[in-house]
Amino acid sequence: MPAAGAILSVSRNAYREAIRDRILFSLLFFAVLMVGAAVLFSQMSFGISADSLINFSLAAITLLGVIIAVFLGNQLVSKEIERRTLYTLLAHPVRRTHFLLGKFAGLVWTLVVNCGLMGVALFLALLYVLPAHVAAGEWSLLAALYFILLALAVLTAIALLFSCFASPVLAAVFTLALFVIGNFDDNLRALGESSRQWLGGHLAIWISYVLPNFGDFNVATAASHFMPIGWRLIGLNTLYALVYCGVALAIAGAIFENKDLK
Amino acid sequence: MVAIECQGLTKDFHVGFWRKRPVRALDALELEVAEGEIFGLLGHNGAGKTTTIKLLLRLIFPTSGTARILGRPLGAPDLAARIGYLPENPYFYDYLKCRELVEYYAELAGVPAGERRARAQEALARVGMAEAMEQPLRKCSKGMVQRVGLAQAIVHRPQLAILDEPMSGLDPAGRAEVRDLILELRQQGATVLFSTHILSDAEQICDRVAILKRGRLAFAGPLDAVAGREESEIEIVFRERAGGGLGLVRRETIAAAELWSRLEALRAKQAQIVSVNPARRRLEDLFRAEPAERAAGRGAGQGN
Repeated sequence: MPAAGAILSVSRNAYREAIRDRILFSLLFFAVLMVGAAVLFSQMSFGISADSLINFSLAAITLLGVIIAVFLGNQLVSKEIERRTLYTLLAHPVRRTHFLLGKFAGLVWTLVVNCGLMGVALFLALLYVLPAHVAAGEWSLLAALYFILLALAVLTAIALLFSCFASPVLAAVFTLALFVIGNFDDNLRALGESSRQWLGGHLAIWISYVLPNFGDFNVATAASHFMPIGWRLIGLNTLYALVYCGVALAIAGAIFENKDLK
Repeated sequence: MVAIECQGLTKDFHVGFWRKRPVRALDALELEVAEGEIFGLLGHNGAGKTTTIKLLLRLIFPTSGTARILGRPLGAPDLAARIGYLPENPYFYDYLKCRELVEYYAELAGVPAGERRARAQEALARVGMAEAMEQPLRKCSKGMVQRVGLAQAIVHRPQLAILDEPMSGLDPAGRAEVRDLILELRQQGATVLFSTHILSDAEQICDRVAILKRGRLAFAGPLDAVAGREESEIEIVFRERAGGGLGLVRRETIAAAELWSRLEALRAKQAQIVSVNPARRRLEDLFRAEPAERAAGRGAGQGN
Protein backbone atom coordinates (compact mmCIF):
# COMPACT_ATOMS: atom_id res chain seq x y z
CA MET A 1 0.00 0.00 0.00
CA PRO A 2 1.38 3.47 -0.83
CA ALA A 3 2.72 5.37 2.19
CA ALA A 4 0.18 8.19 1.92
CA GLY A 5 -2.71 5.75 1.62
CA ALA A 6 -1.62 3.76 4.69
CA ILE A 7 -1.10 6.91 6.77
CA LEU A 8 -4.49 8.27 5.70
CA SER A 9 -6.28 4.98 6.50
CA VAL A 10 -4.71 4.71 9.96
CA SER A 11 -5.31 8.39 10.74
CA ARG A 12 -8.97 8.17 9.70
CA ASN A 13 -9.42 5.23 12.03
CA ALA A 14 -7.57 6.97 14.88
CA TYR A 15 -9.90 9.95 14.47
CA ARG A 16 -12.91 7.62 14.35
CA GLU A 17 -11.72 6.01 17.59
CA ALA A 18 -11.34 9.38 19.27
CA ILE A 19 -14.74 10.73 18.27
CA ARG A 20 -16.48 7.51 19.32
CA ASP A 21 -14.83 7.71 22.73
CA ARG A 22 -17.37 8.97 25.26
CA ILE A 23 -14.63 10.39 27.47
CA LEU A 24 -13.78 12.86 24.74
CA PHE A 25 -17.33 14.18 24.66
CA SER A 26 -17.32 14.53 28.44
CA LEU A 27 -14.12 16.56 28.20
CA LEU A 28 -15.53 18.70 25.41
CA PHE A 29 -18.68 19.32 27.42
CA PHE A 30 -16.53 20.25 30.41
CA ALA A 31 -14.46 22.66 28.33
CA VAL A 32 -17.54 24.34 26.79
CA LEU A 33 -18.87 24.63 30.33
CA MET A 34 -15.66 26.40 31.31
CA VAL A 35 -16.08 28.89 28.48
CA GLY A 36 -19.65 29.44 29.69
CA ALA A 37 -18.34 29.96 33.21
CA ALA A 38 -15.82 32.46 31.85
CA VAL A 39 -18.73 34.49 30.40
CA LEU A 40 -20.44 34.38 33.77
CA PHE A 41 -17.35 35.39 35.71
CA SER A 42 -16.50 38.21 33.33
CA GLN A 43 -20.03 39.59 33.81
CA MET A 44 -19.80 39.23 37.58
CA SER A 45 -16.54 41.18 37.73
CA PHE A 46 -16.39 44.98 37.73
CA GLY A 47 -17.54 45.73 34.25
CA ILE A 48 -17.30 43.12 31.53
CA SER A 49 -13.69 42.11 31.19
CA ALA A 50 -12.72 40.78 27.76
CA ASP A 51 -9.21 39.81 28.83
CA SER A 52 -10.43 37.59 31.70
CA LEU A 53 -12.92 35.90 29.36
CA ILE A 54 -10.24 35.28 26.72
CA ASN A 55 -7.56 34.20 29.21
CA PHE A 56 -9.91 31.80 30.96
CA SER A 57 -11.21 30.34 27.68
CA LEU A 58 -7.76 29.89 26.14
CA ALA A 59 -6.62 28.17 29.34
CA ALA A 60 -9.64 25.84 29.14
CA ILE A 61 -8.88 25.03 25.48
CA THR A 62 -5.23 24.35 26.34
CA LEU A 63 -6.14 22.19 29.34
CA LEU A 64 -8.56 20.08 27.30
CA GLY A 65 -5.98 19.73 24.52
CA VAL A 66 -3.23 18.72 26.94
CA ILE A 67 -5.47 16.07 28.52
CA ILE A 68 -6.33 14.66 25.07
CA ALA A 69 -2.74 14.82 23.78
CA VAL A 70 -1.21 13.26 26.89
CA PHE A 71 -3.74 10.59 27.74
CA LEU A 72 -4.85 9.58 24.25
CA GLY A 73 -1.37 10.13 22.80
CA ASN A 74 0.26 7.89 25.37
CA GLN A 75 -2.17 5.11 24.58
CA LEU A 76 -1.80 5.34 20.82
CA VAL A 77 0.82 2.62 20.61
CA SER A 78 0.76 0.91 24.01
CA LYS A 79 -2.98 0.16 23.88
CA GLU A 80 -2.62 -1.31 20.40
CA ILE A 81 0.19 -3.57 21.62
CA GLU A 82 -1.57 -4.51 24.86
CA ARG A 83 -4.82 -5.40 23.07
CA ARG A 84 -2.90 -6.93 20.18
CA THR A 85 -4.88 -4.95 17.61
CA LEU A 86 -1.52 -3.91 16.22
CA TYR A 87 -0.69 -7.47 15.15
CA THR A 88 -3.39 -7.69 12.51
CA LEU A 89 -2.72 -4.14 11.40
CA LEU A 90 1.02 -4.66 10.87
CA ALA A 91 0.39 -7.98 9.14
CA HIS A 92 -1.15 -5.82 6.39
CA PRO A 93 0.97 -3.73 4.02
CA VAL A 94 1.45 -0.97 6.59
CA ARG A 95 4.96 -0.01 7.69
CA ARG A 96 5.44 0.67 11.36
CA THR A 97 6.54 4.25 10.69
CA HIS A 98 3.42 4.82 8.61
CA PHE A 99 1.31 3.45 11.44
CA LEU A 100 2.91 5.97 13.83
CA LEU A 101 2.45 8.85 11.40
CA GLY A 102 -1.17 7.83 10.83
CA LYS A 103 -1.86 7.71 14.56
CA PHE A 104 -0.18 11.08 15.03
CA ALA A 105 -2.16 12.64 12.19
CA GLY A 106 -5.43 11.15 13.52
CA LEU A 107 -4.92 12.56 16.99
CA VAL A 108 -3.78 15.96 15.72
CA TRP A 109 -6.89 16.13 13.55
CA THR A 110 -8.99 15.26 16.63
CA LEU A 111 -7.30 18.16 18.45
CA VAL A 112 -7.96 20.49 15.50
CA VAL A 113 -11.68 19.61 15.55
CA ASN A 114 -11.94 19.96 19.33
CA CYS A 115 -10.01 23.21 19.52
CA GLY A 116 -12.00 24.46 16.54
CA LEU A 117 -15.30 23.73 18.27
CA MET A 118 -14.10 25.40 21.44
CA GLY A 119 -12.76 28.34 19.47
CA VAL A 120 -16.21 28.78 17.92
CA ALA A 121 -17.69 28.66 21.45
CA LEU A 122 -15.21 31.35 22.53
CA PHE A 123 -16.07 33.61 19.57
CA LEU A 124 -19.78 33.16 20.22
CA ALA A 125 -19.22 34.03 23.89
CA LEU A 126 -17.28 37.13 22.89
CA LEU A 127 -19.97 38.12 20.38
CA TYR A 128 -22.56 37.79 23.13
CA VAL A 129 -20.60 39.68 25.80
CA LEU A 130 -18.42 42.15 23.89
CA PRO A 131 -19.40 42.23 20.20
CA ALA A 132 -17.28 45.31 19.50
CA HIS A 133 -14.09 43.55 20.55
CA VAL A 134 -14.46 40.60 18.21
CA ALA A 135 -13.71 42.48 15.01
CA ALA A 136 -10.76 44.21 16.65
CA GLY A 137 -9.13 41.13 18.06
CA GLU A 138 -10.18 38.26 15.86
CA TRP A 139 -6.78 37.82 14.19
CA SER A 140 -4.80 37.75 17.41
CA LEU A 141 -7.34 35.31 18.85
CA LEU A 142 -7.05 33.07 15.80
CA ALA A 143 -3.25 33.21 16.09
CA ALA A 144 -3.47 32.27 19.78
CA LEU A 145 -5.69 29.28 18.91
CA TYR A 146 -3.27 28.29 16.15
CA PHE A 147 -0.34 28.42 18.57
CA ILE A 148 -2.23 26.25 21.06
CA LEU A 149 -2.67 23.71 18.28
CA LEU A 150 1.02 23.84 17.38
CA ALA A 151 1.97 23.26 21.03
CA LEU A 152 -0.49 20.38 21.25
CA ALA A 153 0.95 18.81 18.07
CA VAL A 154 4.43 18.94 19.65
CA LEU A 155 3.04 17.44 22.86
CA THR A 156 1.30 14.66 20.87
CA ALA A 157 4.57 13.81 19.09
CA ILE A 158 6.34 13.63 22.46
CA ALA A 159 3.55 11.47 23.93
CA LEU A 160 3.81 9.16 20.93
CA LEU A 161 7.59 8.93 21.34
CA PHE A 162 7.28 7.95 25.00
CA SER A 163 4.50 5.46 24.27
CA CYS A 164 6.92 3.55 22.01
CA PHE A 165 9.05 2.39 24.92
CA ALA A 166 7.40 3.29 28.25
CA SER A 167 4.27 2.00 29.98
CA PRO A 168 1.18 4.26 29.57
CA VAL A 169 1.48 5.59 33.15
CA LEU A 170 5.20 6.37 32.88
CA ALA A 171 4.73 7.83 29.42
CA ALA A 172 1.96 10.13 30.74
CA VAL A 173 4.17 11.23 33.65
CA PHE A 174 7.12 11.94 31.31
CA THR A 175 4.95 13.83 28.83
CA LEU A 176 3.25 15.95 31.48
CA ALA A 177 6.61 16.68 33.12
CA LEU A 178 8.01 17.84 29.78
CA PHE A 179 4.96 20.02 29.22
CA VAL A 180 5.40 21.72 32.60
CA ILE A 181 9.18 22.14 32.22
CA GLY A 182 8.72 23.27 28.62
CA ASN A 183 6.51 26.14 29.80
CA PHE A 184 9.43 27.40 31.91
CA ASP A 185 12.03 26.78 29.23
CA ASP A 186 12.95 30.48 28.93
CA ASN A 187 13.53 30.65 32.70
CA LEU A 188 15.82 27.62 32.48
CA ARG A 189 17.81 29.26 29.69
CA ALA A 190 17.99 32.55 31.62
CA LEU A 191 19.25 30.62 34.64
CA GLY A 192 21.92 28.99 32.50
CA GLU A 193 22.94 32.33 30.97
CA SER A 194 23.35 33.87 34.42
CA SER A 195 25.66 31.06 35.57
CA ARG A 196 27.75 30.43 32.49
CA GLN A 197 30.89 30.22 34.60
CA TRP A 198 29.64 26.88 35.99
CA LEU A 199 29.25 23.63 34.14
CA GLY A 200 25.66 23.49 35.37
CA GLY A 201 24.96 26.75 33.56
CA HIS A 202 26.08 25.34 30.22
CA LEU A 203 24.09 22.19 30.93
CA ALA A 204 20.96 24.25 31.67
CA ILE A 205 21.36 26.14 28.39
CA TRP A 206 21.90 22.93 26.47
CA ILE A 207 18.87 21.26 28.09
CA SER A 208 16.72 24.34 27.42
CA TYR A 209 17.46 23.99 23.69
CA VAL A 210 16.67 20.26 23.66
CA LEU A 211 13.44 20.55 25.65
CA PRO A 212 10.35 21.84 23.86
CA ASN A 213 9.80 25.52 24.44
CA PHE A 214 6.06 25.68 25.08
CA GLY A 215 6.36 29.19 26.48
CA ASP A 216 6.84 30.61 22.98
CA PHE A 217 3.44 29.25 21.94
CA ASN A 218 1.66 31.08 24.75
CA VAL A 219 0.36 34.40 23.46
CA ALA A 220 -2.77 34.49 25.61
CA THR A 221 -1.80 37.82 27.20
CA ALA A 222 -1.25 39.49 23.84
CA ALA A 223 -4.47 37.99 22.45
CA SER A 224 -6.54 39.05 25.45
CA HIS A 225 -5.38 42.63 24.93
CA PHE A 226 -5.98 42.40 21.18
CA MET A 227 -2.32 43.11 20.45
CA PRO A 228 -1.23 42.13 16.93
CA ILE A 229 0.81 38.95 16.60
CA GLY A 230 3.44 39.29 13.92
CA TRP A 231 3.82 37.04 10.91
CA ARG A 232 7.45 36.43 11.85
CA LEU A 233 6.45 34.82 15.15
CA ILE A 234 3.77 32.79 13.38
CA GLY A 235 6.32 31.56 10.83
CA LEU A 236 9.01 30.77 13.40
CA ASN A 237 6.61 28.95 15.73
CA THR A 238 5.27 26.93 12.80
CA LEU A 239 8.79 25.98 11.74
CA TYR A 240 9.78 25.14 15.32
CA ALA A 241 6.73 22.88 15.77
CA LEU A 242 7.33 21.16 12.43
CA VAL A 243 11.00 20.47 13.23
CA TYR A 244 10.26 19.32 16.78
CA CYS A 245 7.43 17.00 15.65
CA GLY A 246 9.63 15.69 12.83
CA VAL A 247 12.53 14.88 15.14
CA ALA A 248 10.31 13.31 17.83
CA LEU A 249 8.47 11.18 15.25
CA ALA A 250 11.73 10.16 13.56
CA ILE A 251 13.12 8.93 16.91
CA ALA A 252 9.80 7.19 17.67
CA GLY A 253 9.91 5.53 14.25
CA ALA A 254 13.52 4.37 14.73
CA ILE A 255 12.63 2.81 18.11
CA PHE A 256 9.38 1.27 16.89
CA GLU A 257 10.70 -0.17 13.61
CA ASN A 258 12.85 -2.71 15.47
CA LYS A 259 10.65 -3.32 18.49
CA ASP A 260 9.59 -6.90 19.20
CA LEU A 261 5.82 -7.08 19.68
CA LYS A 262 5.77 -9.86 22.24
CA MET B 1 6.70 -24.02 -5.24
CA VAL B 2 7.43 -23.45 -1.57
CA ALA B 3 5.05 -21.12 0.28
CA ILE B 4 7.04 -20.86 3.50
CA GLU B 5 10.68 -21.69 4.00
CA CYS B 6 12.45 -21.31 7.36
CA GLN B 7 16.18 -21.83 7.65
CA GLY B 8 17.66 -22.03 11.12
CA LEU B 9 15.06 -19.62 12.48
CA THR B 10 16.01 -18.87 16.08
CA LYS B 11 14.51 -16.46 18.58
CA ASP B 12 15.82 -15.54 22.01
CA PHE B 13 13.81 -13.35 24.37
CA HIS B 14 15.58 -11.48 27.13
CA VAL B 15 13.88 -11.76 30.49
CA GLY B 16 14.63 -10.20 33.85
CA PHE B 17 14.76 -6.57 34.88
CA TRP B 18 18.34 -5.77 35.85
CA ARG B 19 20.29 -8.78 34.69
CA LYS B 20 18.61 -9.82 31.53
CA ARG B 21 19.14 -13.41 30.50
CA PRO B 22 18.23 -14.92 27.14
CA VAL B 23 15.49 -17.53 26.92
CA ARG B 24 15.35 -19.47 23.66
CA ALA B 25 11.78 -19.54 22.38
CA LEU B 26 12.60 -21.05 19.00
CA ASP B 27 15.69 -23.05 18.17
CA ALA B 28 17.01 -23.36 14.62
CA LEU B 29 13.67 -24.11 12.99
CA GLU B 30 13.94 -25.73 9.57
CA LEU B 31 10.57 -25.89 7.91
CA GLU B 32 9.02 -25.93 4.46
CA VAL B 33 5.37 -25.50 3.64
CA ALA B 34 4.44 -26.30 0.07
CA GLU B 35 2.10 -24.07 -1.88
CA GLY B 36 -1.53 -25.17 -1.81
CA GLU B 37 -1.33 -27.36 1.28
CA ILE B 38 -2.87 -27.16 4.71
CA PHE B 39 -0.08 -27.26 7.22
CA GLY B 40 -0.64 -27.72 10.93
CA LEU B 41 1.77 -26.28 13.46
CA LEU B 42 1.29 -28.27 16.63
CA GLY B 43 2.68 -28.08 20.10
CA HIS B 44 1.91 -27.49 23.72
CA ASN B 45 1.49 -23.98 25.12
CA GLY B 46 4.88 -22.28 24.99
CA ALA B 47 6.23 -24.68 22.38
CA GLY B 48 7.04 -21.87 19.94
CA LYS B 49 4.05 -21.91 17.58
CA THR B 50 3.06 -18.28 18.02
CA THR B 51 6.72 -17.22 18.06
CA THR B 52 7.16 -18.89 14.65
CA ILE B 53 4.10 -17.13 13.27
CA LYS B 54 5.15 -13.75 14.67
CA LEU B 55 8.60 -14.17 13.14
CA LEU B 56 7.07 -14.93 9.76
CA LEU B 57 4.97 -11.78 10.01
CA ARG B 58 7.88 -9.67 11.29
CA LEU B 59 6.02 -8.78 14.47
CA ILE B 60 9.20 -9.94 16.18
CA PHE B 61 12.65 -10.29 14.66
CA PRO B 62 14.84 -13.41 14.56
CA THR B 63 17.99 -13.72 16.65
CA SER B 64 19.42 -15.72 13.75
CA GLY B 65 18.22 -17.57 10.69
CA THR B 66 16.12 -16.52 7.75
CA ALA B 67 12.74 -17.21 6.23
CA ARG B 68 11.06 -16.68 2.88
CA ILE B 69 7.37 -16.49 2.10
CA LEU B 70 5.99 -17.10 -1.41
CA GLY B 71 9.55 -16.94 -2.68
CA ARG B 72 10.15 -13.47 -1.25
CA PRO B 73 12.24 -12.47 1.77
CA LEU B 74 10.30 -11.39 4.86
CA GLY B 75 9.43 -7.71 4.76
CA ALA B 76 9.36 -7.51 0.95
CA PRO B 77 7.04 -4.61 0.05
CA ASP B 78 4.52 -6.61 -1.96
CA LEU B 79 4.36 -9.55 0.42
CA ALA B 80 1.98 -8.45 3.19
CA ALA B 81 -0.93 -7.91 0.78
CA ARG B 82 -0.70 -11.59 -0.19
CA ILE B 83 -0.94 -12.84 3.39
CA GLY B 84 -4.00 -13.13 5.63
CA TYR B 85 -3.43 -13.38 9.37
CA LEU B 86 -5.59 -14.25 12.33
CA PRO B 87 -3.87 -13.78 15.71
CA GLU B 88 -4.46 -15.98 18.72
CA ASN B 89 -7.38 -14.75 20.89
CA PRO B 90 -7.94 -11.76 18.63
CA TYR B 91 -9.16 -8.44 19.94
CA PHE B 92 -10.32 -5.82 17.53
CA TYR B 93 -11.33 -2.17 17.69
CA ASP B 94 -14.54 -2.56 19.63
CA TYR B 95 -15.86 0.87 18.67
CA LEU B 96 -16.36 -0.43 15.12
CA LYS B 97 -19.15 -2.53 13.68
CA CYS B 98 -18.15 -5.93 12.28
CA ARG B 99 -18.54 -4.71 8.69
CA GLU B 100 -16.62 -1.50 9.35
CA LEU B 101 -13.72 -3.48 10.82
CA VAL B 102 -13.48 -5.89 7.89
CA GLU B 103 -13.78 -2.97 5.46
CA TYR B 104 -10.95 -1.20 7.29
CA TYR B 105 -8.65 -4.20 6.93
CA ALA B 106 -9.67 -4.55 3.28
CA GLU B 107 -8.65 -0.91 2.82
CA LEU B 108 -5.27 -1.56 4.48
CA ALA B 109 -4.77 -4.60 2.25
CA GLY B 110 -5.26 -2.43 -0.81
CA VAL B 111 -8.71 -3.61 -1.91
CA PRO B 112 -10.11 -0.90 -4.25
CA ALA B 113 -12.60 1.45 -2.54
CA GLY B 114 -15.49 0.43 -4.78
CA GLU B 115 -15.17 -3.26 -3.85
CA ARG B 116 -14.53 -2.99 -0.10
CA ARG B 117 -18.08 -3.15 1.17
CA ALA B 118 -19.07 -6.08 -1.06
CA ARG B 119 -15.88 -7.96 -0.16
CA ALA B 120 -16.41 -7.35 3.56
CA GLN B 121 -20.00 -8.56 3.35
CA GLU B 122 -18.92 -11.62 1.38
CA ALA B 123 -16.15 -12.48 3.88
CA LEU B 124 -18.47 -12.04 6.85
CA ALA B 125 -21.12 -14.20 5.19
CA ARG B 126 -18.51 -16.92 4.61
CA VAL B 127 -17.76 -17.10 8.32
CA GLY B 128 -21.42 -17.19 9.32
CA MET B 129 -21.71 -13.55 10.35
CA ALA B 130 -24.20 -12.41 7.70
CA GLU B 131 -26.81 -11.58 10.33
CA ALA B 132 -24.47 -9.63 12.58
CA MET B 133 -22.64 -7.39 10.10
CA GLU B 134 -23.92 -4.17 11.62
CA GLN B 135 -23.38 -5.26 15.20
CA PRO B 136 -20.72 -3.35 17.16
CA LEU B 137 -17.77 -5.54 18.09
CA ARG B 138 -18.13 -4.62 21.75
CA LYS B 139 -21.41 -6.52 21.74
CA CYS B 140 -19.98 -9.63 20.07
CA SER B 141 -19.26 -12.90 21.88
CA LYS B 142 -15.78 -14.44 21.84
CA GLY B 143 -16.83 -16.85 19.10
CA MET B 144 -18.22 -14.02 16.99
CA VAL B 145 -15.00 -12.02 17.37
CA GLN B 146 -13.08 -15.10 16.25
CA ARG B 147 -15.28 -15.32 13.15
CA VAL B 148 -14.79 -11.62 12.40
CA GLY B 149 -11.06 -12.23 12.77
CA LEU B 150 -11.27 -14.95 10.15
CA ALA B 151 -13.25 -12.66 7.86
CA GLN B 152 -10.58 -9.94 8.04
CA ALA B 153 -7.92 -12.57 7.30
CA ILE B 154 -9.59 -13.64 4.06
CA VAL B 155 -11.26 -10.44 2.86
CA HIS B 156 -8.41 -9.59 0.47
CA ARG B 157 -8.25 -13.16 -0.89
CA PRO B 158 -4.73 -13.94 0.30
CA GLN B 159 -2.44 -16.54 -1.26
CA LEU B 160 -1.30 -17.58 2.19
CA ALA B 161 -3.47 -17.64 5.30
CA ILE B 162 -1.65 -17.82 8.62
CA LEU B 163 -4.13 -18.66 11.34
CA ASP B 164 -3.07 -18.80 14.99
CA GLU B 165 -5.45 -21.10 16.88
CA PRO B 166 -8.38 -20.42 14.50
CA MET B 167 -10.78 -22.81 16.26
CA SER B 168 -10.18 -21.37 19.71
CA GLY B 169 -13.34 -20.08 21.37
CA LEU B 170 -15.68 -21.75 18.89
CA ASP B 171 -18.35 -24.33 19.64
CA PRO B 172 -18.23 -27.70 17.79
CA ALA B 173 -20.41 -26.42 14.97
CA GLY B 174 -18.25 -23.32 14.62
CA ARG B 175 -15.10 -25.42 14.55
CA ALA B 176 -16.54 -27.58 11.81
CA GLU B 177 -17.37 -24.43 9.83
CA VAL B 178 -13.80 -23.15 10.22
CA ARG B 179 -12.45 -26.50 9.07
CA ASP B 180 -14.70 -26.26 6.01
CA LEU B 181 -13.50 -22.73 5.38
CA ILE B 182 -9.86 -23.83 5.53
CA LEU B 183 -10.58 -26.65 3.09
CA GLU B 184 -12.39 -24.18 0.84
CA LEU B 185 -9.35 -21.85 0.92
CA ARG B 186 -7.13 -24.69 -0.21
CA GLN B 187 -9.59 -25.56 -2.95
CA GLN B 188 -9.24 -21.99 -4.19
CA GLY B 189 -5.47 -22.39 -4.37
CA ALA B 190 -4.44 -20.74 -1.11
CA THR B 191 -1.92 -22.18 1.31
CA VAL B 192 -3.00 -22.40 4.93
CA LEU B 193 -0.68 -22.56 7.90
CA PHE B 194 -2.50 -22.88 11.17
CA SER B 195 -1.42 -23.54 14.71
CA THR B 196 -3.44 -25.57 17.13
CA HIS B 197 -3.20 -27.81 20.11
CA ILE B 198 -6.52 -29.45 19.27
CA LEU B 199 -5.15 -32.52 17.56
CA SER B 200 -8.41 -33.81 16.14
CA ASP B 201 -8.74 -30.60 14.10
CA ALA B 202 -5.28 -31.13 12.64
CA GLU B 203 -5.97 -34.79 11.97
CA GLN B 204 -9.09 -33.96 10.02
CA ILE B 205 -7.76 -31.36 7.60
CA CYS B 206 -3.97 -31.16 7.54
CA ASP B 207 -1.89 -32.45 4.66
CA ARG B 208 1.22 -32.17 6.75
CA VAL B 209 2.06 -31.18 10.28
CA ALA B 210 5.01 -30.02 12.32
CA ILE B 211 5.26 -30.63 16.03
CA LEU B 212 7.20 -28.18 18.14
CA LYS B 213 8.40 -28.92 21.63
CA ARG B 214 10.19 -26.34 23.76
CA GLY B 215 11.07 -24.35 20.68
CA ARG B 216 12.49 -27.29 18.75
CA LEU B 217 11.06 -29.08 15.78
CA ALA B 218 10.23 -32.57 16.99
CA PHE B 219 8.51 -33.82 13.85
CA ALA B 220 7.57 -32.57 10.42
CA GLY B 221 5.91 -34.57 7.74
CA PRO B 222 2.74 -35.84 6.11
CA LEU B 223 -0.12 -36.77 8.39
CA ASP B 224 -0.23 -40.27 6.93
CA ALA B 225 3.27 -40.88 8.23
CA VAL B 226 2.17 -39.89 11.71
CA ALA B 227 -1.17 -41.62 11.82
CA GLY B 228 -0.04 -44.59 9.76
CA ARG B 229 -1.42 -48.03 10.34
CA GLU B 230 0.41 -50.40 12.60
CA GLU B 231 -0.60 -53.63 10.89
CA SER B 232 0.87 -55.77 13.66
CA GLU B 233 -1.65 -54.48 16.24
CA ILE B 234 -5.42 -54.62 16.46
CA GLU B 235 -7.70 -52.38 18.48
CA ILE B 236 -10.84 -54.00 19.92
CA VAL B 237 -13.65 -51.96 21.46
CA PHE B 238 -16.19 -53.92 23.47
CA ARG B 239 -18.67 -53.90 26.39
CA GLU B 240 -18.67 -56.76 28.91
CA ARG B 241 -21.70 -58.14 30.72
CA ALA B 242 -21.97 -56.85 34.24
CA GLY B 243 -24.87 -57.33 36.70
CA GLY B 244 -27.35 -58.49 34.07
CA GLY B 245 -26.63 -55.60 31.69
CA LEU B 246 -23.81 -54.20 29.62
CA GLY B 247 -20.86 -52.54 31.35
CA LEU B 248 -18.64 -49.65 30.30
CA VAL B 249 -17.03 -49.47 26.88
CA ARG B 250 -13.46 -50.75 26.98
CA ARG B 251 -10.67 -50.46 24.45
CA GLU B 252 -7.85 -52.95 24.08
CA THR B 253 -4.87 -53.02 21.73
CA ILE B 254 -3.54 -56.52 21.14
CA ALA B 255 -1.08 -58.23 18.84
CA ALA B 256 -2.68 -59.30 15.56
CA ALA B 257 -1.78 -62.93 16.25
CA GLU B 258 -3.91 -62.92 19.42
CA LEU B 259 -7.03 -61.60 17.71
CA TRP B 260 -9.06 -64.79 17.35
CA SER B 261 -8.29 -66.15 20.80
CA ARG B 262 -9.24 -62.84 22.37
CA LEU B 263 -12.49 -62.66 20.41
CA GLU B 264 -13.34 -66.21 21.53
CA ALA B 265 -12.71 -65.22 25.14
CA LEU B 266 -14.96 -62.18 24.82
CA ARG B 267 -17.72 -64.25 23.19
CA ALA B 268 -17.52 -66.74 26.05
CA LYS B 269 -18.13 -63.85 28.44
CA GLN B 270 -21.09 -62.69 26.28
CA ALA B 271 -19.40 -59.33 25.72
CA GLN B 272 -20.71 -57.04 23.00
CA ILE B 273 -18.05 -56.32 20.37
CA VAL B 274 -18.34 -52.69 19.25
CA SER B 275 -15.47 -52.57 16.75
CA VAL B 276 -12.34 -54.39 15.61
CA ASN B 277 -9.86 -52.27 13.68
CA PRO B 278 -6.18 -52.23 12.84
CA ALA B 279 -4.54 -50.02 15.49
CA ARG B 280 -3.66 -46.54 14.23
CA ARG B 281 -0.84 -44.53 15.64
CA ARG B 282 -2.63 -41.34 16.44
CA LEU B 283 -1.21 -37.88 16.27
CA GLU B 284 -1.72 -37.61 20.00
CA ASP B 285 0.66 -40.51 20.60
CA LEU B 286 3.40 -38.69 18.74
CA PHE B 287 2.47 -35.38 20.34
CA ARG B 288 2.90 -36.85 23.79
CA ALA B 289 5.94 -38.95 23.00
CA GLU B 290 9.32 -37.97 24.34
CA PRO B 291 11.81 -36.46 21.88
CA ALA B 292 13.89 -39.64 21.65
CA GLU B 293 10.84 -41.59 20.55
CA ARG B 294 9.97 -38.97 17.99
CA ALA B 295 13.46 -39.00 16.57
CA ALA B 296 12.76 -42.57 15.50
CA GLY B 297 9.54 -41.52 13.81
CA ARG B 298 11.21 -38.53 12.22
CA GLY B 299 13.12 -40.55 9.66
CA ALA B 300 9.88 -41.69 8.11
CA GLY B 301 8.04 -38.43 8.53
CA GLN B 302 10.61 -35.82 7.59
CA GLY B 303 9.44 -35.30 4.09
CA ASN B 304 9.32 -31.56 3.84
